[in-house]
This record gives sequence, structure tokens and C-alpha cells, in this order.
Amino acid sequence: MLKKETNLNSKIFDEDVLQKPTRDGYGDGIILAGEEDKNVVVLTADLSDSTRTAEFAKKFPDRFFEVGIAEQNMATIASGLGISGKIPFISSYATFSPGRNWEQIRTTISYNDSNVKIAGHHAGISVGPDGATHQAIEDIATMRVMANMKVIVPCDSIEARKATVASAKIWGPVYLRFAREKTPIMTTEDTPFIPGKAEVFWESKKPEVLIIGAGPILHNALLAAKILEKEKIGVMVLNCHTIKPLDKKIAQLADKIGAVVTVEEHQVLGGLGGAVAELLAKTNPVPMEFIGMQDTFGESGEPAELIKKYKMAPVDIVSAVKRALKRK
Amino acid sequence: MDSLHDYKIKLLEEKAIKIREDIIKMLVSAGSGHSAGPLGMADVFTALYFHALNHDPKKPNWPERDRVVLSCGHIAPVLYATLAHAGYFPVSELKTLRKFGSRLQGHPHRGSLPGVETTSGPLGSGLSQAIGMGLAAKLNHERHKIYCVMSDGEQQEGNIWEAVMFAGKHKLHNVIAIMDRNNIQIDGLTENVMPLEPIAKKYESFNWNVLQVDGHNFEQIIFAIAEARAIVEKPTMIICHTIPGKGVSFMEGDFLWHGKPPKPEEAKIALNELRTLEGKIKSEHD
Repeated sequence: MLKKETNLNSKIFDEDVLQKPTRDGYGDGIILAGEEDKNVVVLTADLSDSTRTAEFAKKFPDRFFEVGIAEQNMATIASGLGISGKIPFISSYATFSPGRNWEQIRTTISYNDSNVKIAGHHAGISVGPDGATHQAIEDIATMRVMANMKVIVPCDSIEARKATVASAKIWGPVYLRFAREKTPIMTTEDTPFIPGKAEVFWESKKPEVLIIGAGPILHNALLAAKILEKEKIGVMVLNCHTIKPLDKKIAQLADKIGAVVTVEEHQVLGGLGGAVAELLAKTNPVPMEFIGMQDTFGESGEPAELIKKYKMAPVDIVSAVKRALKRK
Repeated sequence: MDSLHDYKIKLLEEKAIKIREDIIKMLVSAGSGHSAGPLGMADVFTALYFHALNHDPKKPNWPERDRVVLSCGHIAPVLYATLAHAGYFPVSELKTLRKFGSRLQGHPHRGSLPGVETTSGPLGSGLSQAIGMGLAAKLNHERHKIYCVMSDGEQQEGNIWEAVMFAGKHKLHNVIAIMDRNNIQIDGLTENVMPLEPIAKKYESFNWNVLQVDGHNFEQIIFAIAEARAIVEKPTMIICHTIPGKGVSFMEGDFLWHGKPPKPEEAKIALNELRTLEGKIKSEHD
């Protein structure tokens, strides 16, 4: 059942649950961060509307920089701003930033320890009809691998807003991942959000499998937990919004429960699943199953069609849980 | 900025020779690194740190200081030698270049050594960083300048032209770019590898003010910097025509010296040539 202490949205399983894209939370978050700290500046590369930076631009025109279609320039300008006392948020689609400007982020932001926040939008295959060129499914891996970099993947627009505001207060480079589509609001204002601390969203009386998810796809993990409950299979669902640094308590939970399924809208190579596997390999390895893109590119289609084809739907998570159980 | 007298030019010329000697010593001790670029830019760096810059080596984090961004990080030896001679750290530390545990990393790293403003090495990203620093200064109503030293070869990087467009759009006059136009890159002459000319016209067409100087003539370098500081309508690019390997006869103009250090016996000849230069520097013969 849903964990009471987490104060989740009571309509979380309703057909008419309120849906908003996580990028909306980013738009709200940068304004709050900007109000709190005049050093917050925002940059975009010709995508101010879809990255939800247009409102910030209206409110703080002097602190908003349009760099044009030039993601490498956006990252390196932000580097210079970040080492001069500013807190820049760079905003584009994740396939372009941190996709196209990876080396600039590595050398001039990460290694340089410049206080830059990288907002990768339209991440995951749920960006849909635009097709594989615009579906970032490698960004968690390519950001996670950099020393100094932190990686946060919010699950809904409320958490996205909290993560954005929190990232302005975390010193150093942070990667924030957002999605295009409207997705169910799972959390409330009262749901705890502490960077680096995973939250239990669902806990059966006797959990037999630990499901660890990040991002809006976490909703499918909760739907799977509900199906499994009817089949008398107990699980724990963990919202692992911070993929780096990874919450070490995952090792204890996995040890206690004995099997893990990771759920992410990302390659199963090097993302959340990879991070959890690295941790468990060092502590107490348990059977693991990985929900995500299985070393393939996406394609055009409606988000729901793609989630079904690439096996990230609740039924796929249910099957993965059963596979993991069998291997215990 | 001080007024410019003949004796001051002579002092600068002497300082540049000392810096060149240290560059040779550092490279031979390191056993790897770049020779031609650092020697070619010794005069420009001397002009910056011993005349043009508003800085205080004893207070490397002084907020009002002018910044130098070395975009072409591979010529770090000239930056390090100049910083040491200016008093940022002991000259004796220069011999640790590229060695384990040294503050003098193979390519500059911010926070590693006093006076190093940013991390660089991978080419083409310095100008944008200088622009970011320029924007921050503008937002804070600060008056310092940001000098970005670039190589000519790195003009082939796309990131540069994104930055050039941006600075032109914003008339970012607190950013002053300085290009080492020595015509060489690793694989040969720039005009053979990937032609840059007409490079001045390219910058002008992107709404920059362009000045061209002899990169070994202190008077020209210093006047160009003074002019760049005074111009508020546009960002300025100072193209410094230099001789790669300047001061060491067998290195001058030879692209093969771009990316290698002298062997000990070559260093001996180089140092001898540089020491001889001290007695016949240009200002004494003009």
C-alpha cells in the first residue's frame, strides 16, 4: 500500500488524476530560485517556450540569455558565469544538452567545478512523435559518469519544482532531467524531498521485491505494485530521484528484501539500473531485473504506444518482478 | 596603465627573454609539452602581466582584477612562467611542470595554481568562458576586463564562432580577444590544414573591432590593448602576428616544434641563443 508518511496524492490511482509535465515544475522552480537569489541566471538555446524558461525571461530580463541554436556556447558561457559567482541554469533538450556539448560540460563545468545547473528537457522516449533523434535515453549515463556531477530525475512537476529550487542551493554542477509529456502528479507539497535521499512510496506488509524507479515512469511502478498486491505479491517501491549520489540505504533494503527491479525511461546500460547494480555488486548482490530501453533506439509514436512496445508498462514491471522473484 | 618609455620597453624585452629561458628549462625538465606556441607568445604575455593588466599577484582572487582566460591551454608553459615571474608563485616551482603532485598541470586547471582563471586544453571553449565572465561583470556593474588568449588553429572549432556571434550581438566590450597568429598547427600550416584567411574580415563581419599587430613589438601590442580597452561599441580581437618558437633559431617557424619539448642538448643551444639575445635586444638597435 502507499506509504502514509510520504503524503502522496490521494488521487494517484484515479483515472482523472491531475497531470502536468515535469518541465512545468522547472519553469516554476527557476522563478522561485531567481526570487530567492539574484545570482540565478537562465540560458536557453532557442527553446525558451518548450523548456519553460519564457516566464523567467519576462520576470528577470537582465538575467536571461538567449544564445541561439548553440548548445556548446551555452554550456561554456555558463561555465564562465558559474565561476564568476552566478548560478546559471542551462536549458535545452537533453539530446542536445548534455548531448551535443558533453565535452564542454566535462572540461569547463564539471572538471572546472563551475556552479552550473544543466536542465535536460524532453528526456526519455515519451517525447514521442519527434522520434529517436529527440529521445534522450543516454543522458543519465553520460552525466553520471562525470566526477563532480550530481544527477536528479524528478518524478512529477511538484518534485521537479522542489528539485530545481534545491539544486540552486547545492554547490557545483547538477544535472536535472525533465520530460515533455503531461504525467500524473504523484507527490504533494508535504511529500519529503531531500536531494540524495530516496523515498519509499509503496510498502507491502511483506515486500518480496524492491522496485526502484526514477522519473514519471515511477507511476507505472506504483500501478504494478497495485496489480501485484491483488496477486498477493508484496513489493516496496522506492522513488530514487537522486541517481548521483545514490542513497546508500538501497544496499540495506535490497539485502533485506532480496531482489530488485529498476525502472527508468533510459537505457538499461549505465543509468539508474547501472548505478544500483554497481552499489549492490559491492555490498550484497541480489537478483536484479532492469526495466528500460534494452540497448536500442526509440522511434516515432504516441508515448503510450512506445512505453508498451519498449516494455515499460505496468504489466512489464509485474513480469519483471515475477522473474526476479523466481531467481531469489 | 603606465606611460611607455624606451627604458620600460627594454625592461619588458628583458623580462620576455627570462620567461623564454624558463619555458625552455621547464619543457626540457618535463620531457613533454609544447615549445613553439609558448615561445611565440612570450612577448604578448609579458606585455599583459607586466604592463596592461590591472592585477595583484599577492591577491590572486581580488574581485576587481582583470582576468586572463587561456583558451589554448597547451601553451600553459608561457602562462606559468609569466605568472611566476609576476610573483604569483615561486619561479623555482616552474621545474615541476607536468610532474606528479605538481600545481603546474599539463594544461591549466582552475584552483590548482594561483592566477589560473579557468580550466582549458580542449580547444575552442575559452572565448565563451570569457563571455560568461564578461556577462557576470556586466550584471554586477564591475569594470574589469577579460582577456581571452586564443590560438589561430583553434579558430577551426565551431564553438568559437558561436561565441563570436554572441559577443557581437551583445557588444561585449569588456571581452578582449587576443589571437596568436603563428600560422602553424599540429598537422602543418593552418592555411594548408584548414584555411582561416581572411580571418580579420571574418571577425569584422561578425561585428567585432579587429586590430592587427606584430606580436613581438611591445609598443604595438601595448597600444592595441589600450585601444581595445577604450572601445565600448564592440568586442575587440587583437590579431598578434607571431613567429612560433621565437628566440630559438632552429624552432622558429617550424610546425614540427608545435607539440614537442627540446632534448637536453637542444635546450642548451636554445638557452645559449636566448642569453645572447639579452645583449642585443631590439630597443638597443632601433
